[in-house]
Amino acid sequence: MRLEPREHTPLAARLLAPVAAVAAALALCALLVAWTGAPVLRAYGLLLEGAAGSRFALTETLTRATPLILTGLAAAVAFRAKLWNIGAEGQLYMGALAAVVLGGGMLDLPAWLLLPTVMIAGAAAGGATLLGPAVLKVRFGVDEVVTTLLLNFIVLLLVSMLLEGALKDPMGMGWPQSAPVVEAAELPKLVERTRLHTGLLVALGLSALLWLIDTRSIWGYENRAVGANPRAAAFAGMPVTRVMLRTALLSGGLAGLAGVIEVCGLKGYLTLDLSPGFGYSGIVVAMLAQLHPVGVVGAAVFIAGIFVGADAMSRAMPVPNYIADVLVATSLLCMLVAGLLTRYRLRRG
Amino acid sequence: MELFQTILDILVSAAFWTAVLRIATPYILGTLGELLCERAGVLNLGIEGIMTMGAMAGWMAVYQGADLWTGVLVAALCGGLMGLLHATLTVPLGLSQHVAGIGVTLLGTSLSYFVYRLVLPQASTPPTIEPFQPLALPGALAQTPMTYMALILVAVVAYVLYRTPVGLAVRMVGENPAAAEAQGLSVTAVRIGAVVAGSALMALAGAFLTLSAFNAFFFNMVNGRGWICIALVVFASWRPGKALLGAVLFAAFDALQLRLQQVAGGVLPYQLFLMMPYLLSILALVLVARRASYPRALMIPYRKGER
Repeated sequence: MRLEPREHTPLAARLLAPVAAVAAALALCALLVAWTGAPVLRAYGLLLEGAAGSRFALTETLTRATPLILTGLAAAVAFRAKLWNIGAEGQLYMGALAAVVLGGGMLDLPAWLLLPTVMIAGAAAGGATLLGPAVLKVRFGVDEVVTTLLLNFIVLLLVSMLLEGALKDPMGMGWPQSAPVVEAAELPKLVERTRLHTGLLVALGLSALLWLIDTRSIWGYENRAVGANPRAAAFAGMPVTRVMLRTALLSGGLAGLAGVIEVCGLKGYLTLDLSPGFGYSGIVVAMLAQLHPVGVVGAAVFIAGIFVGADAMSRAMPVPNYIADVLVATSLLCMLVAGLLTRYRLRRG
Repeated sequence: MELFQTILDILVSAAFWTAVLRIATPYILGTLGELLCERAGVLNLGIEGIMTMGAMAGWMAVYQGADLWTGVLVAALCGGLMGLLHATLTVPLGLSQHVAGIGVTLLGTSLSYFVYRLVLPQASTPPTIEPFQPLALPGALAQTPMTYMALILVAVVAYVLYRTPVGLAVRMVGENPAAAEAQGLSVTAVRIGAVVAGSALMALAGAFLTLSAFNAFFFNMVNGRGWICIALVVFASWRPGKALLGAVLFAAFDALQLRLQQVAGGVLPYQLFLMMPYLLSILALVLVARRASYPRALMIPYRKGER
């Protein structure tokens, strides 16, 4: 058996790959569910019901999907240019930090001015966080995987330090949490009496915008060229370093925005458990979407559904809700193989 | 001046060096494992998850009644299996080593948490086991058997890598796989073997945490140690001896910040001290990056007859 490159990948294969990968992951994880002694079909039934079985479930899934769309886009734009940004988690917290600092009453502006200001500042904070590793990469050849990973820990410690110090809410009963953002910095709700907020529209808009940039502009063309072959791109006269740094700002900015939107749309204040690993799940989202900006939306909703549904399932059955994380990890690995099969075919001999 | 005196006092105490060797042990084992994988040309970002897996599996085996050394063996086997998964994806299938490694880390971590929660559904205070005890030796030599095992493994890996045909094969597939293939070696087999062995070592690093350093399994207990090992491999320029030196040096800084935290704790926030190991790793990477001699085929998948 050997692998032979396909000359042409049919669109159907590209669309089918994530579906097949998810099906394979569900089948593999069925073994784990069966091991717990729970009836597998009923468990998956409860998961689906918990994720999409009611108006409430659907809005919860979409609420959860909102930051995942943004971290998914952050991973997708970076991976396209072969910038391995594994630091979205830290960039998200930097964005959230900017949101509680500027939105906590420091700026006295009307909502239509304050919200965009906070968002731009959060995106800038996230972008600046990734700019460091990107500069180290292009200037000194330092591998960005390790530096972005290590920065996640440094940022979390920084947040912890500020939440116990300068940013600590005096009304917070001693908990390490920031003061809430002012009302003018809150994102309006999208559906009344649910947690779904207009941050979802921002995420959807950015996904569409990135798709346009990707397919219709020189920027997108340069990004793809640099990702495919930096030497050839440099030979063709493209500013490879500038493209890298631009991509870093964009990717970190998207992750930072995810932090702003979680604070201003959902939580209202900053704690150390603002993100249950949105930065890392974003990588899975991007891979399931095969780095396509519009595909990211579908993948994010799916991953969000898994998390929300698994929480509901584990309340009704003795299956730990960590099954969601296992399902997500397995989907990523299956997606890698499925993606390979769209690019190569198996041949005997 | 007072700070200088404090640091000097810490550095000359035997208790300090006992702590350094203890803190260094998981870094020694993890760095050794990553080094073996990378020498064969495979970056293994699964290290963080494999360490978590080793920590959980080894502890769980002992908690279920196995003796400590069986726990160590179980951890190594689980690590080897995770390594086999990473190797299958990256070597014969040639998939992105970055993404596959992140996937293995996510899987190893989540699977460990899942199994732990399944077996112990409502453990608010983590149950404990009777861990390895330090040997009755004077001064800094009073270490647990796993630390001595780690030191011996450095010598073993160095010997195998530089003095045996197997080691030559590993280095060759990491430098020039086409030449290795021309010599009649199977690049695929050597790379898979190196990744499996390296991953077993990473799992031992995790098992040290639950079987020697502590006596229980906590969530997030690996806490970035795996990523630091990846930085240490670069710092050690892919040499086992330098890896040992790097791990001990790193552990010395870590032990020093822990002690300074106690001395200066009231003045500076403790998080500043906890940041130091991560900042130090980044700094080390920047310092050596210019002259780092990566194994030439690192991260390049090999397919026979394909250029």
